[in-house]
Amino acid sequence: MTRAGWIRLLVIVAMIGALELACRLNFIDHRVMIPPSQMATALITMLASGQLNDDIVRTLGVIAIAVALSVVFGFALGLIIHALPRLRAALDPFFATYYAVPVFIFYPVMIAIFGLSLVPIVLMGVATAIVAMIIATLNGLDRIPRVLTKVARVHRMGRLATALQLQLPAAAPYLFTGVKLSVSYAFIAVIAAEFILAPAGLGRDIANAYADFNNRRMYALMLLVLLIATVVNAGLHAWDLRWAKRRGARPS
Amino acid sequence: MHGDVHAQFAGVTRVYPGAGGHAPVHALGPINVDLHKGEFFAVVGPSGCGKSTFLEVLAGLQQPTVGTVTFEGRAVAGEVPDGVGVVFQEDASFPWLTVWGNAAFGLQRQGTAPAEVRRRVDDALAFMGLKDFAKAYPSQLSGGMRQRVCIARTLVLQPRLILLDEPFGALDAQTRLLMGDEVLKLWRTTGATVLLITHALDEAAMLADRVGAMSARPGRFIEIIETHWPRDRDSTIVAEPTFGEITGRLWERLRGESLKALGHSGQPPAAALAAE
Repeated sequence: MTRAGWIRLLVIVAMIGALELACRLNFIDHRVMIPPSQMATALITMLASGQLNDDIVRTLGVIAIAVALSVVFGFALGLIIHALPRLRAALDPFFATYYAVPVFIFYPVMIAIFGLSLVPIVLMGVATAIVAMIIATLNGLDRIPRVLTKVARVHRMGRLATALQLQLPAAAPYLFTGVKLSVSYAFIAVIAAEFILAPAGLGRDIANAYADFNNRRMYALMLLVLLIATVVNAGLHAWDLRWAKRRGARPS
Repeated sequence: MHGDVHAQFAGVTRVYPGAGGHAPVHALGPINVDLHKGEFFAVVGPSGCGKSTFLEVLAGLQQPTVGTVTFEGRAVAGEVPDGVGVVFQEDASFPWLTVWGNAAFGLQRQGTAPAEVRRRVDDALAFMGLKDFAKAYPSQLSGGMRQRVCIARTLVLQPRLILLDEPFGALDAQTRLLMGDEVLKLWRTTGATVLLITHALDEAAMLADRVGAMSARPGRFIEIIETHWPRDRDSTIVAEPTFGEITGRLWERLRGESLKALGHSGQPPAAALAAE
């Protein structure tokens, strides 16, 4: 591990230790927060009992579907918009301000249309994540070196071969940034949508525990969500870092 | 020393159509020149005079507006002819492939047998001094080495005409001299015809059998100078008096054109004042 990595780990351990101490010494009321060690113990017990399995599968499944749809359609839309400069000029202001608009206000509308099912949650995930993928695709296509087009012609490559063998790999780091952002946004949107209104899922479970004043369960679930988000993002970051190192670029 | 005509420009001009209310730009020509088989021909000229356009028209990357370009007796029309390799000024190495993968790219695209790909790529990397870097990625190499990767990628395809578009433009002076030696070695070994576009008079004078001095835009050859260097030459010829004479003569021809390209009259200062 790098020196920065050790320092990062030390900061996290120190913060958890301070929180543990604050809870144990009653600086923080136990009705407000339980010590991190109890959160971990509760989580391990819940995981071992298998009671969270359905919710974990459901939430992660919804996130995976939302990410897959966002990445596939975001990439396709990015390609189309990039090929149509006038359309792009018209849409650019929307992309620039998209994340200033709270997309969540449309969640009740989606529930009204599709009912209380997985569909509105998936759509919220897609609505939140897809624009990041479109922007990343446009960004990546903009940054393909022009000389590659000439190289493609020297090698007498057709449009498809040029796109697949040169342009796609050249734009790949930017596309991967889009994938990373899509994962993060979809994760937030799905958990939040479940928290607001859903028949099941980790977000719903947290909301129920909160409503029941069940701190042990609520904090254990929050810890689980934090751990999943951290592991997924750390994995993506490690992949990005390895890739960027190889290509001599900074990770996105 | 002139051999068979390998490539020919006959009355070639290139005019870029005006866009957005701007007038058309007459970039090149008329050009009438023959490149002889196995010769090293360099083109020098002021910035924006159409040197790269000249190369791209020959490569088939651009169409002449008027006139014809032929390579090995066939008209170059719309696509890069078989047997032509191009090395660009910009870093055109593929950062996602290793040095070996970069060099093998063209052969693998052509569907060459793996054993033959291995043989040719290994030979090219050894020739370009990249054997020990086969598994490295371009980001791990210097600018000069990345350019050598691009040359190796061209070399494995065994081109009969190699077009070099200011390939050393981004390199420091010492590296350029050494790269010049490499290109001379490549030229001698392959027997290919080489066209070098450069803005460096010394580079052109050192490397080429003939140097075409191009006017300010629209680019035309105002003089083609024969260097009479022996084929077995290297960068040590820069110490010879003839080298200074060739470079001096080139500058004499190009000084006025360079001033024109910068927006001056092209006359010496005293003559310009007198004219006013």
